Formats: sequence, C-alpha cells, structure tokens
Amino acid sequence: MGNDETGAADAPEVRARPRRAPRTLFAKQIVHRAAADAVRKLDPRLVARNPVMFVVEVGSIITLLLFIRELLTGGRDLLFDGQITAWLWFTVLFANFAEAMAEGRGKAQAEALRKTKTLTMARRLTGRHEERIGATELRKGDLVVCEAGDVIPGDGEVTDGIASVDESAITGESAPVIRESGGDRDSVTGGTKVLSDRIVVRITSNPGETFIDRMIGLVEGARRQKTPNEVALTILLAGTTIIFVLAVASLVPFAAFGVRSAGVGALPSVFLLEALLVCLIPTTIGGLLSAIGIAGMDRVMQHNVLAMSGKAVEAAGDVNTLLLDKTGTITLGNRQAVELIPLPGVEVDALANAAQLSSLADETPEGRSIAVLAKERYGLRGRDLHDGNAEFVPFRAQTRMSGVNLGGSQIRKGAAEAVKRHIVELGGSVPPELDEITDRISSAGGTPLAVAVDDRALGVIYLKDIVKGGMRARFDQFRAMGIRTVMITGDNPLTAASIADEAGVDGFLAEATPEAKMALIRAEQSGGKLVAMTGDGTNDAPALAQADVGLAMNSGTQAAKEAGNMVDLDSNPTKLIEVVAIGKQLLMTRGALTTFSIANDISKYFCIIPAMFAVTYPELGAINFLRYGPGSALSTPNSAVLAAVIFNALIIIALIPIALRGVPYRPVGASALLRRNLFVYGLGGMLVPFPAIWLLDRLLVLLRLA
Amino acid sequence: MTGHGILEIVLFCLTVTALTKPLGVYMHRVFEGQPTALSRAIGPVERVIYRLLGVRESDDMRWTQYSFALLAFSAVGMLLTYVLLRLQGALPLNPRGFGGGQMPPDLAFGTAASFATNTNWQSYVPEASVSTLSNMLALTVQNWTSAAAGMAVAVAVCRGFARHGSAGIGNFWVDLIRACLYILLPICIPYALFLVWQGVPQTFAAPVVAAGLDGSRQTLLTGPVASQEAIKMLGTNGGGFFNANSAHPFENPTPLTNFVQIVSIFAIPAALTCTFGRMVGNPRQGWAIFGAMAALFLCGLAVCYQAETAGVPAVRDIRVAAFEDDAPGAGNMEGKEVRFGIAPSALFATVTTAASCGAVNSMHDSYTPLGGMVALLNILCDETVFGGVGAGLFGMLMYAIVAVFIAGLMVGRTPEYLGKKIGKYEVRMAILALLILFATAASWTALACTMPIPPSAAALNRVNGSSPALDLGGASNNVGNPGAHGFSELLYAYASQTGNNGSAFAGLTANTPYYNLTGGIAMLVGRFLMIIPLLAMSGSLARKQPTPASAGSLATDTPTFAFLLAGVVLVVGALEYFPALALGPIAENLQMLARQAF
Amino acid sequence: MIRHLRPALVTVLILSALFGLVLPTAITGAALFLFPHQAGGSLVQLGGRVIGSGVIGQTFASPGYFHPRPSAAGAGYDPLASGGTNLGPTNAKLLRGRHRDHAGGAPDPGDFDGIGDLAASYRAENQLAATDLAPADAVTRSASGLDPHISPRNAILQAARIARARRVSVASVRDIIDQNTEGRQWGIFGQPRVNVLRANLALDGMGSGQATAHPTGTGR
Repeated sequence: MGNDETGAADAPEVRARPRRAPRTLFAKQIVHRAAADAVRKLDPRLVARNPVMFVVEVGSIITLLLFIRELLTGGRDLLFDGQITAWLWFTVLFANFAEAMAEGRGKAQAEALRKTKTLTMARRLTGRHEERIGATELRKGDLVVCEAGDVIPGDGEVTDGIASVDESAITGESAPVIRESGGDRDSVTGGTKVLSDRIVVRITSNPGETFIDRMIGLVEGARRQKTPNEVALTILLAGTTIIFVLAVASLVPFAAFGVRSAGVGALPSVFLLEALLVCLIPTTIGGLLSAIGIAGMDRVMQHNVLAMSGKAVEAAGDVNTLLLDKTGTITLGNRQAVELIPLPGVEVDALANAAQLSSLADETPEGRSIAVLAKERYGLRGRDLHDGNAEFVPFRAQTRMSGVNLGGSQIRKGAAEAVKRHIVELGGSVPPELDEITDRISSAGGTPLAVAVDDRALGVIYLKDIVKGGMRARFDQFRAMGIRTVMITGDNPLTAASIADEAGVDGFLAEATPEAKMALIRAEQSGGKLVAMTGDGTNDAPALAQADVGLAMNSGTQAAKEAGNMVDLDSNPTKLIEVVAIGKQLLMTRGALTTFSIANDISKYFCIIPAMFAVTYPELGAINFLRYGPGSALSTPNSAVLAAVIFNALIIIALIPIALRGVPYRPVGASALLRRNLFVYGLGGMLVPFPAIWLLDRLLVLLRLA
Repeated sequence: MTGHGILEIVLFCLTVTALTKPLGVYMHRVFEGQPTALSRAIGPVERVIYRLLGVRESDDMRWTQYSFALLAFSAVGMLLTYVLLRLQGALPLNPRGFGGGQMPPDLAFGTAASFATNTNWQSYVPEASVSTLSNMLALTVQNWTSAAAGMAVAVAVCRGFARHGSAGIGNFWVDLIRACLYILLPICIPYALFLVWQGVPQTFAAPVVAAGLDGSRQTLLTGPVASQEAIKMLGTNGGGFFNANSAHPFENPTPLTNFVQIVSIFAIPAALTCTFGRMVGNPRQGWAIFGAMAALFLCGLAVCYQAETAGVPAVRDIRVAAFEDDAPGAGNMEGKEVRFGIAPSALFATVTTAASCGAVNSMHDSYTPLGGMVALLNILCDETVFGGVGAGLFGMLMYAIVAVFIAGLMVGRTPEYLGKKIGKYEVRMAILALLILFATAASWTALACTMPIPPSAAALNRVNGSSPALDLGGASNNVGNPGAHGFSELLYAYASQTGNNGSAFAGLTANTPYYNLTGGIAMLVGRFLMIIPLLAMSGSLARKQPTPASAGSLATDTPTFAFLLAGVVLVVGALEYFPALALGPIAENLQMLARQAF
Repeated sequence: MIRHLRPALVTVLILSALFGLVLPTAITGAALFLFPHQAGGSLVQLGGRVIGSGVIGQTFASPGYFHPRPSAAGAGYDPLASGGTNLGPTNAKLLRGRHRDHAGGAPDPGDFDGIGDLAASYRAENQLAATDLAPADAVTRSASGLDPHISPRNAILQAARIARARRVSVASVRDIIDQNTEGRQWGIFGQPRVNVLRANLALDGMGSGQATAHPTGTGR
C-alpha cells in the first residue's frame, strides 16, 4: 500500500475540506470571468440543453420583441412591461452566471495545467539514437529518456532505471516520489519532473488522451456528461415545465370565460403571462442544476481526487459496501512492538536485551519499534555495535529470521516456526510455553516474533497492528450512513477478526487474494449493492474495474489507474470517505433545491393570480398577502407581479453558494436527513418567499418602479 | 359540525380501517393464486373459464402483452356496450320503449367510453334513456369488468415493485377473472340483498302508475336496481340506475344504506394498500400509503364538512334555521336529502371524489364553493386518495415515484422505492402519466371555455318542467350557473371525465354531441394513457434487482414518508390547478362571503 | 398479439352472460323470495290501489296535509325526472328568484321560486312572522327531487295549519308527528325525520278510524 505519511495525527473528518481551493467562493477574477461567460451562454443552442431555462429564454425573446413594438407604437404600461422583460433576461443571465461560476475555478486550474503541457520537449529513443521532438508528437509505445531536470513528456511506465520525481504539478504535493522499473511504482505522469537519476519511459497514451489532457477536460467541464440522476431530474423538471406552460396557456381561455361572464376586465397581457410562467416553472433548480454538478466535481478535485466521470461521484453517494485495505487505511502501515513476553525462567531484561540487539541493525519500522520499546519500557539505553565484532544477519525469506552474531552467540528473532526450527537445528529444545504465548498473541490479532539466543528460546515479542486514531468513529459514521465497511487483509482470519473488532469495521476478508477480493465484490453486487474500493497494484486492477467506485492511488501502477474510475493524487486510501460524502452532497443539493424551487411556487401564486384578475375578480385580493401589513394601500397589481418575478430571479443568485458548496452533509441516518431537509428546504421554501416578496413589493413602491 | 356528524364520520373511518387488513390479506392471497376459503366453490368455475379462454394460469405476460390484453378487452367491451345501447329498441326488457332516439351515436359512444373506463359519467337521464336490458347487460357488466380490470392493473403495478429480475408482471386474464369471481362476486351478492332489505327495488316488473293521496300521479319506475347498485358502489363505478343516483330513495333508501354505500366505495381501494404491502413483503409500506391517503382524505373532509355546515351567508340572511339542531351554521341543504343530513352528505361527496366513484347522494353543483372545491380538488389530485378500485393505488404509486425521486435525492442517494432504483425511465413514465392527465383535463376545459356562454345561464336550469336533455349543440357551453361557478362546472366536467370519476357539477347540460365526443375522448385518454405508462414503469421495475435497505436509504414505511407523499400529491395537484381554482371556487367563495349573486 | 383477441372476446361474452343476465336474475329471484315488498319498490296500497311508494316522496299541496320539500324533479316529485336544481350558492336565481305568481304581475324572467321566495311562501301559509326561522329543508330542494322526508321541525311548524284545515286540535296533529318521526337509524345514522306520505296517511286515518289508515306494507 502506498505512502503513509498521513498518520494517526491526521484525524479523519468527513466534512469535505478543500486543500487548494481559491480562498473564497466569489474570488474577484472568477466572478469577472463568470459575468462575461453568462452573457456568452445566452446562445440559444447552449441554453437548449436546459429545458427550463430554454423556456425562460424563449419567453424573454418574445417579451423583448413585444416591448420593442410597444416602444415604437406607444404602449400603455411601458415601465412595467420593460421591467418584466428585463427581469426575464436577468433570470437567464443569473442561471448562466451560476454555471459559469461553477466552471470558473476549474478553468483557472486548467490553464495552469495547460502551461506545463505546451512547451515540453521529449527525447525519443529510436534504436540506439536519441532525438528531440515535441511532446505532442509522441505516440503510444515510444520510448523516451528522462534525466534530472527533464519534464516527463507523457504518461508511461518506467522500463529502465529509478528516479525521484516531483509530481507537484499534478498532485500539488511537493515531496518527491520514487519511480522505478518493475513492480508497482513504475508509472509516471506527463508533466511531472525528474529530480534525480535517469529513467527510460515507455509512453502509454497518445496525445490528447494523456492524464493531463483528461484532467484539463475534467476540470473545465468540457467532457461533462449528465449523470444518470441528473438526466432523470432533468426529465422531471422538463415535465413540470411543460405542465406549467400548459397551465399558463390554458389560463387564457379560463380568464376569457371569467371576463365574459363578469363583464369587466381584460385578458392578462403576454407580459403578465410570461411573468407567471417564469415564476412557476422550476427556474431555481433549473438555473442551478448544472452548477451543482460542476461544483460537485470541483469539490472532488479540491480533495485531489480525479474522478473520471460525474457518474462515478454520484455512485459514490450510493455506495453500500466499502472495501478498505487494512494496511495503510485502517492500520498504520507497520506493526509495532508493544510487549515483550519472557518464557518461564527467563528474566525480562535478558529478553529485552536480546530483542534489542537483534533489532539494532534492523531498519524496518518493526525493528525500530522493538528497539524503541526496549529502550522506553525496559530502560535499556541505545547501543552502538559498530565495533566490528558484530555480524548482522539480515532477514531472508528462506530463514524468515534476522539478528546478529555477537561474541560467538547467535541472537535471532523471527517467526515462531522459523526460530523453533533454528533452535532444533542447533540441538536445543523448545519449551511448550512458547507455543502457548504465540497462540495467545495471534488470537489477539498480534504477530508474535520469537527471540532466541543460540539454542535457547528467551521469549516472544508482541508486534501489534496499530489502528489509526479516529477510525472507529469514522466507521460508526459510515454505519449511520448505511454503508457497510469490509476490511481486506492478507492476515489469517484470527488476526483479521481481532483487528476488525478493534477498528470497528463491519466485516473482513482475511487471507485475501485478488481472486477472493473480486469474488467478494461480485457477491455484494449480485445482492444489488454498490461497492467502492481502493487499490494501487496491478493485481487490484480487475477488482477496481469491477467495483462501482474504484479509487486508484496515483502512486500505483498505470493498470490500476486505468481500471479505477477515480485517481487519488495524494494516494491516500482514506480519501474514499470524503468522496462518498461529496457524492451524497451532490445528490442532496439537487433534491433540496428542487424541493425549494417547487415549494416557492405557492407564495408566488398568492400574489400573481389576484393581481392578474384584480379587475375581473376584485374579491381575489383577499388572498393576496401583499394586501396585509404596513404600506398595503400602495401595493399595486404591477408591484406584486414584479416583486414575484424579481424574487424569482434573485433567488438564483442567492442560492449560488449552496449550489457551489453543497448542502451540508452530516452522517446521520436517512430519516433524520430527510426530516431536516424537508423542514429547511420544503417548509423554508414555502415560507421564505412571503416576507421576501413583501419587502420587494414595498421597495418597488418606494422607488416608484411600480 | 355536530357531534352526531362527527360520530358518523369516526365510525366510518374505523370501519374502513378495520376492513383494510382482512380484505387486503384476502386479496393478496387471491392475486397470488393461494388457496382461500372460497377456492373450493369457485375454483372449478375459474378453471373452466380459463379453458374457454385458452389461457394458462402460469403464463406470465410482459408489460406490453399485459397492456395489449387490457386494451383488447376494454375495446371489445366498449364495442359491445355501444352496440347494445344503439340496438336497445330492438331488444327485450325495454318496458318504456326506448330506442336509438334516446341513445344517439354520440351519446352511445360517450356512454360506452364512460362505462368501459370505470368513469360512469352520465350525460343522459337514465330513467328517460336506457332500457332495463341496457342497464343490466351493457352498463352493469362494464361496472364489473372495468373495476376488475382496474384491480388487475393495480396488482400488475405492485408486481413491478415486488418482483426481482422478472420479465413478466402477471397474467391479465387471470387477474381479471380472479378479481371478478373471488373479490367482487362474493361481496356483491349479500350486498345486493342487504340493499333490497333496506328498500332498494330488485324486480323485472313494469313501472307502476300510482295515484297520489293529494291528487298527484306518479309513474314509479323500478327494475333490477339492487344488483346494479352493489357493483356500482363496490367497483367505484358510480353510474346510477336513476338520474339522482345515490340520492334517489330507490338507490339509497336509508341512512344505513348510505353508510354502507360510502364504506363500500372505500373498502377495496383501502384494502389494496394492504395488498400492496403484503406483495412487496412489508405490510408497513402499505400502511404508509394508507396513511398518506387517510391524511389527505381527512383534510378534505374537514374542509368540506365545515363549509357545508357553515352554509351560505345569503341564505342565513333569509333567516333559515340550522338544519341540525346542534349545528352552528345555517347548513347548506340545497341538493341534500333529509334522511342523510349534512355530515353524511359531505362525507359521501368527499369519499366519492377521493375514490373515483362518482356516485352522489347530494348535488355537488349546489355545494358551497369550498365544499365543491374539495370534491374538485380530490379529482384534480388524480383521485389518489384511496381512489378507484386499483386506479387509486396505481395513481398513488405514480405520485410515490415522484415523491421518492425528490426526497430520495435529499438523503443523498439515488432514489429508490422498495429497493428498486428510480431511474430516468421510471421518472419519465410517472411524469408522462401526470402530464397526460393534466393536459387532457386542462385543454378540454380551455376549449369549452371558448364557446359562448348561454345568454341566460339561469334559463337553462332543468327545473319545473324544462327538458333535462335539452340539446343545444355547439352553440353554447351550456353551463347552468353564472360567473365563476359556471367555470367550475366546465372544469369539474373534464376533470371528472379525465380522472374517470363520473360525478358532475350537474348544472352543465352535457348531453350534446360536442360534450359526448370530447368527454368520451377525455375518459379514454385519462384511463388508458395513464395506465400504459404505469404498466411500462412496472415492467421496467420488475426487471430490476433490489438494493437492500440500509440506514442510508430512504425509509418509505414511516409517517415521515406518508406525510411527504401526501404533501407531494397536494402540492402537485394544487400547483397545476391553482389558477383554475382561483377563477372557479376560490373567487366564488369570496363572492359568496361578500353576499354577491349573479 | 392477435392471440389476445380470443380471450378478450370470450371473456367479454362469459362475463356479460354471468354478470349481465345470470346474476341479476338470480338476485331478483332471491330478493322476491326474501323481501318481496321492498323488491317491488315498497309500494303502498290503499283500498287496492297503489298510492305511491313508501320510500318516494310525492306532492301534497292541500293545506290539510303535511307538505313535502320543494322538488326539482320534473314538475315536482316526478320519478321519471329525478334530480336537484344544481344551482350554486352565488346564483341569484337560487337566492332571489321569484315565482311567476309571487312577482306581483311583473313576471320574473327566471320564473323560479328561489330560497327567499320559498321562505316567504312557507311563512305565509303557516302564518309565521317574517322574523321566524324557516326550516332549512322547507326552503331548499333535495338532491333527488323525491325526498320522502321532512325534518320534525318542519312538520311541527305545519301542525297548526293542518289542524286548522282539518278542524282538529294541534295536539293531535303533533301526536301524529311524534308517532311518525323516525329517529336516527340504529341510533347513529342519518337524521330524525318524518315520512310525509305515512304521516299524511295517518292524518287521513285520524278520527275516521277506517282501516284505510293502515295501508299495506309500511316498509321496514
């Protein structure tokens, strides 16, 4: 598993905290650019993607033409008609602005990426020769050489050599990483920079398909396709829009009937009808829908996760089962010595001494932790054995032991079986208590290391997996979200069960092989569940591809990165948790604003309909809430309608922050979330417009605009 | 509102609730093909029928086949009804000698469509147009079959949710026959006899001319009324043997028959929610739907009852006493029967429009504006408040899809209902059905609004001798009341027909070729173009594998969801129709309160 | 798909025969056996002649009879044209319509006795003061136009007129009302009410003691 720089200190948190986002949502340069884009996006061909706003734009064009005609021929109510026309256009512009704002940050990021790409030169190997060509001319399969200071010209695999590489252009992380041929660290990304040594890279992607190209495409939203839920919601909104278009259209004959039978009044003007229509169709969600989607992707980006599609992010919100690798995700990457258990008749100091000696030259984290334990717990000072008579015996797969030969005695530590064999070979005998101790440690989830001096067993070192801090709380949150966590480990079932229990995961897969992992994913999926997992090795690739959400580590192999549908540039497997939260936020924001948008309609009816029929049915004024409160005498039908239309336009702007940041997600159960959101966005959506429209109405009267 | 009124309403609610589970469980067994107490008696008949039809019980139909079977069956039934109505003059059991003159082609078409779609809109006066045989063989048969077909469709839609990875949604013929033989028939026989006991005629005797005590003469028309009445109510059909429908003393002679009739409207629709819960393996799911329906029903009833008790201010001014001694208001008794009084009338009106029954025991057109608006709004919400037999449940499931889609997003997951993910196909079908219903009702009403208003709407009222079936052709829209109320009549007419309700603001003189033809189309569209998208949705759902529920998925068997569902029905229905309601009942109510008259 | 047509055709035929012919006939047979009176329409006979149905209202205009509610069925209580007025609460005709005979020579174009007109007539014929409350059922038309009942209050207000016309004591008329007042069915359902035909039969039977006072088949 990848790097483990994020230790226990990095307390996990579900709330998405962007790492390198612009300081504020409304950074000046983004707003300026978005304002310009909003106008550019008035192109009907672009608006047509969004049925709700398309209807508004068509209405705006109609009212504009009518208004121009009125200007030329002299209309009765130019001030009112002009304002309605203007606010209809503003409604479209505000929706465009929201979308442009969401795209803004991505665009800024994309520009920076583009710069790294354009000027790169490649040193292509052809046979024995080397030629310099532009990076854009490279094709799949080409071999290129990169030396210290070179920018790697394209995505590829290291076929020869080892180098440290600065990947900050992609990941934003300045610490260099090691890339070497063979194994799981052979993938390099175009645009990153070699800091030392020399590597030969086989290019694995054609121009335009490289990682950086994909990244630019993603952050710009150029390749944005509507996600399944977005498509369904668009259908719902389009259907609602058609219904309201019909409702407004049929209102004309309905009104005609009323006018004829009452004998007074006139049919509502096109301006009034357009005003009613734009207030009824779900412009709020219609205007913000694509912004929500783009912003969701952007939030994922800010966590340094590259999602290949919005679909993947959405799927993350739906995940039922989370497969987490034990090492590096649930536990710290390495086991630590926590106790020394001497055999009967052995002084614990003697054991500590032997353990320390055997580990002095052991630079593995486990080895170091033994030395530290001996020093801190058993009061042994650190020792230096560089005096020549000590001979270190490194760990070897055949012996499965390491140690030191010191003053004629062989000090060894290693797997219990290996040490026992070693003792028997030397003619010693193993006390039965050793097995008892090792069994006990194993069943507690630890790893026993036996320690022997020559043919005498001294005791056992208890190595333990250390569960990262805060994991239990996090898994509790998952449980509350309805997500089952499964720990994947190569450990034996006993050890796995113990760690799973300590970490608080819901299940585990022990002695996991790639095949077993794959089978587990398939089994979960056949039960209708969506599965998310992380992985970095080539042998993870099939499982990453099979999983509904496959988060590949950037440090991993090219195969893994291509199999997954997300790449974590920080190579931090716990990131999956944030991705799930963002996916949920994305869906929630859409649902909340849809509810809000529809709930809004109620209040608008109560001021527009009475205004529309003020002459034919003056009694309807009784249901007009603007008729109540101070200044009610000044409120006119015109001011009422205008106030509703203005509210309808401004609410889009007012909700941009929610659309871009997302509705706050807390990991509580669905029922609690539903109640809360229904209360805030349903009831709130019903009530908020009343005072807001009331104020706007009074303001319009004060300003003599109506 | 009075103590007795509320008592009767409470008793009604308890009775319906008590019937829901036993009847629902029984229907579940029937539609799942499990043995029931009646299997031994009915089973052989059932199997003979299947043999005659050439179908096997085990044959499963895809949604397309199911739809086609339904359409074919309804088309054949409608055609037969049309032919019988047109030929009634040449057929027996025609005591008053009605012929094609009383049943012109446009009326026969409208009536055939009306009965084949479970609407039972009657633009004609039955006692002046239809022979006894037509009533029995044409109209009553459609009452049975259209109700059974509605139940079959509801069960098929439920199967979409209940089945996993299945291509089929059941067998239409089997569902239809079982609904008829196991559910409707065993209830209707004792029900009809109960009605006779209480005073509903059941005879083939000729009309009797009675010489009244005070010199009046009456032709007392009877017939096989009880056998028609039972299925008319139980199947939420609503087509009366007489013009006055369940207000007629021969159809609904006592307060007890009235109570039983109201219960029988709701019995099957309410129980189907329980059947649904059982089919999807979680009875609470059914109760959640039941809860949403009950909440909407009680809100509507409260408004309607309150408005009718409060009565009309202008009538109060005439110093008219409260009808019920303990009632606070004058009470609106226009178009209501003494034996029922106000509470059972308001209850009947709310129930018959909530369910798509359309029978009436009082004249909705004479209701107060708000009382009438409850009836209208019930219909405009697509009669999902218990609704028609079958139609109510699948209508509510259509709304549930919309509710789940919006609410499901709000909990941060792809919306799912009963474990089935709601994708674009399901949303498209639900919205399509909603859109079709709205577009049909709104556009026909709009078109009728453009026709001239009669010079004096008041002159058209068929009172004191004027012919009720006055044919005005297309010269006028024939509304029977002036102003906003006239508009309500038009809206009610097309809403009722599109929603397959069949009740009316009957001041509208609807027996004209224009109304018969447009109404017939509205009824056919409102029935079948709603059912087909829902069956398509069911077919798509049945194919899906369910996602297991977790703490993160939206629980749809909770009061919160019931509340949400009720809210969605109300908001969608109200939002679509608010402008129309404002121009109709709302404006009229404000005028009435200001003591205006036109 | 065409194979669905055969079951469609056969089902319609089978179900038509079953529910359109067999079932109504069978229920008629059972009904005539169990409840012959009700099945035949609850006919009331007096001296061998059918004078009406116990459940259907009929017109009474003579001052010596209880008057039923106003009726919108045909020319009044016409069983071949059942129905209500279908007039709405903002319809001036319903509220303020005047009957031709009451409009003081100037015929009202509606020629319709609205609620105000009916209340005035009711007060006039029963010698009530203009401030007296008129019973709601006496000034409104029923839904069927065939409502056989009036409210006990309505009957009581008519008692004095009937007593005058029949030259009997008001108390005896009120006795008739009491005897003919049906309570709520089972004590719960519906409204207390007086069946006009039966009360009037009782009036006719009063004093004379004739057997005709006991018409056959008084219903339930």
